[in-house]
Amino acid sequence: MSTSGLITPAAASGSSSPSPAVSVRGLWKVFGPKASSIVGSADEELSPAELKDKTGCVAAVRDVSFDVAPGEVFVVMGLSGSGKSTLVRCITRLIEPTAGDILIEGDSLIAADDKQLRELRRHRFSMVFQHFGLLPHRRVAENVAYGLEIRGDDKASRQARAQEVIELVGLTGFENSFPDQLSGGMQQRVGLARALAGDPDIMFFDEPFSALDPLIRRDMQDEVMRLHNEVGKTMIFITHDLSEALRLGDRIAIMQNGRIVQVGRPDELVGAPADEYVADFTRDIPRSHVLTMRWIMRPPRPGEALDGPELSPDLIIRDSIHAISQASAPARIVSEGQLLGLVDRDDLLVLIAGKPNA
Amino acid sequence: MTSVMAPALTMSRRRIGLGWRIVGLLVLWVALWWWLGGQFVLESGVPAAAQDWLQATVSAIGDGRLTNPLFIYVFTPITSALNGVYNGGVWLTQQLGWTGMTGIGAALALMVAGWRMAVLTALGMLSFGVLGLWEQSMQTLVLVAISVALSVLIGIPVGIACGLSNRFRRLLMPILDTLQIMPSFAYLPIITLFFLIGPPAGILATLVYAIPPTIRLTDVGIREVAASSVEASRSLGATVRQVLTDVQLPMSRRTRVVGINQTVMAALSMVTVAAVIATPGLGQAVLGSLQILDVGGAFNSGLAIVVVAIVLDRVISAASRRAGAHRRTGRLRLTVWGSAAALVVLGAALPAVLPSTAKWNSAWVHPISGPVNVGAVWAKEHLYPYTMSFTEWVTIWFINPLESLLLNTPWFVIVAVVAALALIVGHWKPAIVAASCLIGCALLGLWPSSMVTLTQVIFAATITMILGLVVGTWIGRSRWADRVLRPILDAGQVLPPFVYLVPCLALFGPTRFTAIFAAVVYASPAAIKIVGEGIATVAPNTIEAARSMGSSTLQEIGKVQLPMARPIILVALNQGIIYVMAMVVIGGLVGGGGLGYDVVKGFANESYAGTGLAAGFAIVLLGVMLDRVSQSAGRVRRTSSHAV
Ligand SMILES: Nc1ncnc2c1ncn2[C@@H]1O[C@H](COP(=O)(O)OP(=O)(O)O)[C@@H](O)[C@H]1O
Ligand SMILES: [Mg+2]
Repeated sequence: MSTSGLITPAAASGSSSPSPAVSVRGLWKVFGPKASSIVGSADEELSPAELKDKTGCVAAVRDVSFDVAPGEVFVVMGLSGSGKSTLVRCITRLIEPTAGDILIEGDSLIAADDKQLRELRRHRFSMVFQHFGLLPHRRVAENVAYGLEIRGDDKASRQARAQEVIELVGLTGFENSFPDQLSGGMQQRVGLARALAGDPDIMFFDEPFSALDPLIRRDMQDEVMRLHNEVGKTMIFITHDLSEALRLGDRIAIMQNGRIVQVGRPDELVGAPADEYVADFTRDIPRSHVLTMRWIMRPPRPGEALDGPELSPDLIIRDSIHAISQASAPARIVSEGQLLGLVDRDDLLVLIAGKPNA
Repeated sequence: MTSVMAPALTMSRRRIGLGWRIVGLLVLWVALWWWLGGQFVLESGVPAAAQDWLQATVSAIGDGRLTNPLFIYVFTPITSALNGVYNGGVWLTQQLGWTGMTGIGAALALMVAGWRMAVLTALGMLSFGVLGLWEQSMQTLVLVAISVALSVLIGIPVGIACGLSNRFRRLLMPILDTLQIMPSFAYLPIITLFFLIGPPAGILATLVYAIPPTIRLTDVGIREVAASSVEASRSLGATVRQVLTDVQLPMSRRTRVVGINQTVMAALSMVTVAAVIATPGLGQAVLGSLQILDVGGAFNSGLAIVVVAIVLDRVISAASRRAGAHRRTGRLRLTVWGSAAALVVLGAALPAVLPSTAKWNSAWVHPISGPVNVGAVWAKEHLYPYTMSFTEWVTIWFINPLESLLLNTPWFVIVAVVAALALIVGHWKPAIVAASCLIGCALLGLWPSSMVTLTQVIFAATITMILGLVVGTWIGRSRWADRVLRPILDAGQVLPPFVYLVPCLALFGPTRFTAIFAAVVYASPAAIKIVGEGIATVAPNTIEAARSMGSSTLQEIGKVQLPMARPIILVALNQGIIYVMAMVVIGGLVGGGGLGYDVVKGFANESYAGTGLAAGFAIVLLGVMLDRVSQSAGRVRRTSSHAV
């Protein structure tokens, strides 16, 4: 533990579970002629512009690796064009990756043949799309049941299941509407219901709410949080919106030019950005809304009173303000009966006001 | 400011350069004609080798008809099968009688397009009886139905394959492109070679002519389906087949219906033209009257074709407008089914109840031939002096000089001039194609006929383009003009080309001018509409900017709208030429001469079969040449504007 300033919490989070739900290993996707010859050659280190000039190829995903624990919400965030959609499509093999491997609950997806792949898609994972991808000639209930239909479920059971998920996503009463009679938010609920209907273990979301109005977007984010709490699926969620990422993500990966530049919990990204790019992203986020006590606590100074209120190290700063400002002594940050450090009013003010040089 | 002006300046400098180069080329041509005119001129049938060989081939094929396995196992069975289907269809219409057929027609229209269309259909069917053309109309309808059914049966799977496979598409598209620019007359000789003349050959020619839109729009429809829906379906674990049946086919239904509509209209126009290979029906009736210069009879049969075209077009467009809605409101309503069934039963049972309705009563037949002939006689006395002198004036001052220029210039000079023209407006590839096509016409021994046809195409295309630019600019600029003229133009595009020959013949008699006039009438609606579209889509703010700088209306049109619409105008030129070519060839039937006449001569007289076949090939060559030269201009413009 360092003696002064911010204490960086242990970075090794999320990998505590022995068997990840999704494990991505050295994944590459190169678009263009002779794509496969680029991975592993000296060209793979070229910048996007140089690569394009020299070989005519675009490396949309470059050497990406990460694990997602069962039940985790893993967010991939990056600017438009950074390779997020390509990444998530490679993980579901809607696009064939150029190199690397993907393990779904321990089984290699790359090794799967067409039939096995279809079985995985029908039972183990599903996806929600930015542009919904609904079938305009089918009613809502038929859209929701579509995945069940193609995997051969009988009519009665798929109707029952469709009704169940329609209720779950709050579409009751719209079963017989056609998609184009619904608002964007409602259409995406259909997309959500369709993805849920097959009861997959893992759900992928590719910027599902980017096309929606900000207010509706918030509603839908709440909806996803609620569903996650209710059904507990593993979720891999793509977004270009940092506040969405912070709201939803247990962990967030930041992508730039096809690479993941940092993976971490929201407070890790905000508190300890790996580089300028990540720092730029997080600059406008109010730190007090993301960082926890852990990030501002400090060792007790000699002679300081140790009878202040007791707070958890994972308490968000914003939520501590009341307790700390009311107390006469610095708050004690305690975990499992052990005193980790202290936080007083001045510490809060320094953080909220920002560093003097910022 | 300068940076904005610079491209405009360089562009206009290029244009002037281009214009002068073309003028220079034409001056050089005329000079060469002056100097070498009359020498190195190819006579008809020179060289004879190609036509002799074709004639021998035709005979050999004819002789092999009973022995050649290809005939025994392929062509002859197809011919008999199609004959059987056709005869069966005609037999059925006879069994049902006019009451049954009218009932069925109205019932079909009711189911797909509603009450008003059912009434229109019934009236249309009854008018065939009134015109005294019931039998011929039924023959035409049976032929159209068979051809469309085959086109759909073959075209949709092929279109699906195109939509799913880029490689198959790359293979097929050049063939479809060529089919689409070829005048319908071109395939007739080849088809009759294997299937003789008669209904089977007519059906096959119609199939070839009418199938491209179904294939093309099935393909386009599948490719237009939202990628997100296809992807979503795949992400749920759909197989290729499931994606096709659940997503791609249902979502492309609209586009496919548009393709089938175009196929129906194309089939009608080809079935009538196929009269020249003894395909029965209304076309035959028109042709018979044309051949004996019976204007009244031709008008009468032409009117029946117009009725078929209008009823089909109206019913089909109403049906496709409803196509989307139907899915929504569920299945057809019970009342509609009931009424349709009632119509059929009523139609079929009427003769049993009222024996007097079993046959169309001759007292109900009132062809318009009589009155039209009276009018024609009057026109001959009062109008002919004027139309004749006009025809003569145009012939003497325009057609003859142009024709003599083309006929008397040494053939290789013309090849060189066309190649140079293609080189100036385009680049070397179309120049080589164009030159090869013309050399092909020469080698086929059809140089004079080709030049006669080319004269008429050049002349008619020029007038079509002038009309297209003037009227197109007008409808592009004036909402009022657009509203008044568009229905007329739409109607003009619906009618089969055959129909146009009739009034043109009545006005001008059998001359080259008649063919040219018919070609202009036939091609103008397309050219005008395309130009109008181009003018109308020039961005309003650009026009506003020009106006704010004080441009006059003429400056506005000449300096802003026409130059900006240039790419689309070149499309109009290309389309105009293709339409003109199609009609000029058919105009061989009404005194146009040229390649169209050679083709028809080949059907009429066995000893000219080789010439007819050669003329079919020459039409293809001329068509490809005209298409490449007119298209290359557009291509280069587009790339050069990129470079700027
Ligand atoms: N099919 C493709 N062919 C070529 N390049 C592609 C293709 N799909 C995506 N790209 C390129 O890959 C990069 C990443 O795209 P994408 O994954 O869509 O980014 P994001 O979803 O983050 O906006 C972009 O530069 C894009 O142009
Ligand atoms: Mg994306």
